[in-house]
Amino acid sequence: METKTRPTLSRRDLLKTFGAATVVVAAGAIVHPGEGWALEATALPPETMRTLVRMARDTYPHDQLADRFYAVAMKSFETEAAGDPAFKAMVEDGVIALDTLANARHGVAYVDVGWEVDRVALLREIEAGGFFQKVRGTLVTGLYNNEEVWPIFGYQGESASLGGYLTRGFDDIAWL
Amino acid sequence: MAAPFDQNDDSVVVIIGSGAGGGTLGTDLARKGISTVILEAGKRTEMEDFVNNEWESFANISWLDPRTTSGSWRVAKDFPGLPAWIVKAVGGSTIHWAGASLRLQPHEFRALTTYGNVPGANLLDWPITLEELAPYYAKAEDRMGVTRTNGIAGLPGNNNYKVFAKGAEKVGYKDFSTGRMAINSAPRDGRGSCQQIGFCFQGCKSGAKWSTLYAEIPKGEDTGNLEVRPESQVLRIEHDASGKVTGVVYADASGTEQRQKARVVCVAGNSIESPRLLLNSASAMFPDGLANSSGQVGRNYMRHLTGSVYGVFDEPVHMYRGTTMAGIISDEVKHDPGRGFVGGYEMETLSLGVPFMAAFLDPGAWGREFSSAMDGYARMAGLWIVGEDMPQETNRITLHPTEKDRFGLPVPNVHFDDHPNDVAMRSHAFAAGRSVYEAVGATRTFPTPPYPSTHNLGTNRMSEKPRDGVVNKWGQTHDIANLFVSDGSQFTTGGAENPTLTIVALATRQADYIAEQMGKNAL
Repeated sequence: METKTRPTLSRRDLLKTFGAATVVVAAGAIVHPGEGWALEATALPPETMRTLVRMARDTYPHDQLADRFYAVAMKSFETEAAGDPAFKAMVEDGVIALDTLANARHGVAYVDVGWEVDRVALLREIEAGGFFQKVRGTLVTGLYNNEEVWPIFGYQGESASLGGYLTRGFDDIAWL
Repeated sequence: MAAPFDQNDDSVVVIIGSGAGGGTLGTDLARKGISTVILEAGKRTEMEDFVNNEWESFANISWLDPRTTSGSWRVAKDFPGLPAWIVKAVGGSTIHWAGASLRLQPHEFRALTTYGNVPGANLLDWPITLEELAPYYAKAEDRMGVTRTNGIAGLPGNNNYKVFAKGAEKVGYKDFSTGRMAINSAPRDGRGSCQQIGFCFQGCKSGAKWSTLYAEIPKGEDTGNLEVRPESQVLRIEHDASGKVTGVVYADASGTEQRQKARVVCVAGNSIESPRLLLNSASAMFPDGLANSSGQVGRNYMRHLTGSVYGVFDEPVHMYRGTTMAGIISDEVKHDPGRGFVGGYEMETLSLGVPFMAAFLDPGAWGREFSSAMDGYARMAGLWIVGEDMPQETNRITLHPTEKDRFGLPVPNVHFDDHPNDVAMRSHAFAAGRSVYEAVGATRTFPTPPYPSTHNLGTNRMSEKPRDGVVNKWGQTHDIANLFVSDGSQFTTGGAENPTLTIVALATRQADYIAEQMGKNAL
């Protein structure tokens, strides 16, 4: 997450976002006005990063998680694309193919398909491919290995420095 | 303090690997006054280096050298480069193990006699009996501080165990407890008691869990007779014109080849690397690899019938708090062919953190079916199935025809197909695990496929007759008197019990034999 980046975001950009509760594209970045973050996108076009973040939530949807966790999880795509032209091409081709499919089915790009069930159906069509599998595989660690999401799942993580759970509830179950 | 030995000193015993087999054997030999060098491929990290973080720890201590897989097992699809989840470090997989310390059952030493001729299975009786091994099991339990032996109290049950035990009780199981664990329930042998940290798989940061890293090897080093050389990966074992082994060639930390002469060589690199090393040591005299006149080196690879069941409840469990393997149900470990399979299985609690749960619950799965399961993480309880899988000649470690490691040696390929008996047992065990959780109100249960193998067994198996296996009842190779196998690859069959206690018992027994044979100048 590049919180230091302050991309220019015009009023018209903001107005396009239907209330700003979603990720929008700006110059060299994607921005989430509602959550108050921006993620630099220079190696990959911002439109591509926006699609990846939408794909990420559709792949592992957790309604209690903010979009920023999905953006953080996909940040490695931007990093990897910067140093690997073949990877960059694979990602951009993958998004183009997904948008082509979305246009054929719904007449709009993937991010503009309005219902999750319809977007997931599109992902099911491409799930065997390398692009989708790269997105999914990246999320397994990018999303679930983020220490910030652990408390949201009720996982407390590191415990040795706190003396373990011996006096912190290792046997506190009360409902049995 | 630790004795450095000269590389040209041909009086030393060289042990390859420092885990449950190698670390125990080396310590025992040193205590008997025998000069011993342990060559360990991994680094020497200590307790304070362990981290309570699943992926970080995985990157730090796992054996991640290139390996390939084949066969119909799901690991070959989901984790094609990671057939086994074992450790590359001083202490080997005793850093990672969960601590369950169970004796094999009497009938499991006589698998062929007990189960009969199972089509497709290469069953064989062990050349030793439980009675012969019992004194060594007793020694192993004492040195490892196994709970519920030697007057040592059992560990307290954590939340995951309480759910499991209540379910067991409701299902009607009788034989369940917090198990026999090599984890101190009270301070013992200079190590403290369990703090219920969790993260047993990532290395015990309190030292309550037995590991050769800190519970054995330092004692061996204190005698002045044991030298442990980390970052020393053995590339091949050498022999003379008479066919006796003379030493080993290894790569040091910089990748430079070194040669250590030896009077005796003991291979304890776990069931993938040990046969690989014997195969990679092929010579004009032994064109099929060392100790391989039977053709059994690398064959009969077993990994225990495993699998997990996770149950989700409507109330919190927090299964990750406390010991990872916190209890056991043994009612199904009997041999009862009326269930539709031979052999039996244990159920043992198991927990994974959020990062590993995401990777292993249902590898490759996505969408709401999967993510809603993860949403139930804090309300989840989990168990692991450990059952006897059938040895099959075609399940084997071979040398890859083209892929090489950084030393130019062929990487090992691990081929595995489930036997129909394995499939039938796993199906029974999945249903049994589901029943345990449903009995206490699970609203959803999941069958989780086997993880990359932790119990790797059988690829240099013990046999009475040289034509049936690789080593004799002492772990001594049938073909070469001064070449031994000292790890779980000796197992003739797998039994249904976690293998570490048996590996330690066999290593202790082997140390006695090697010392006796050296004393008689038979080696």
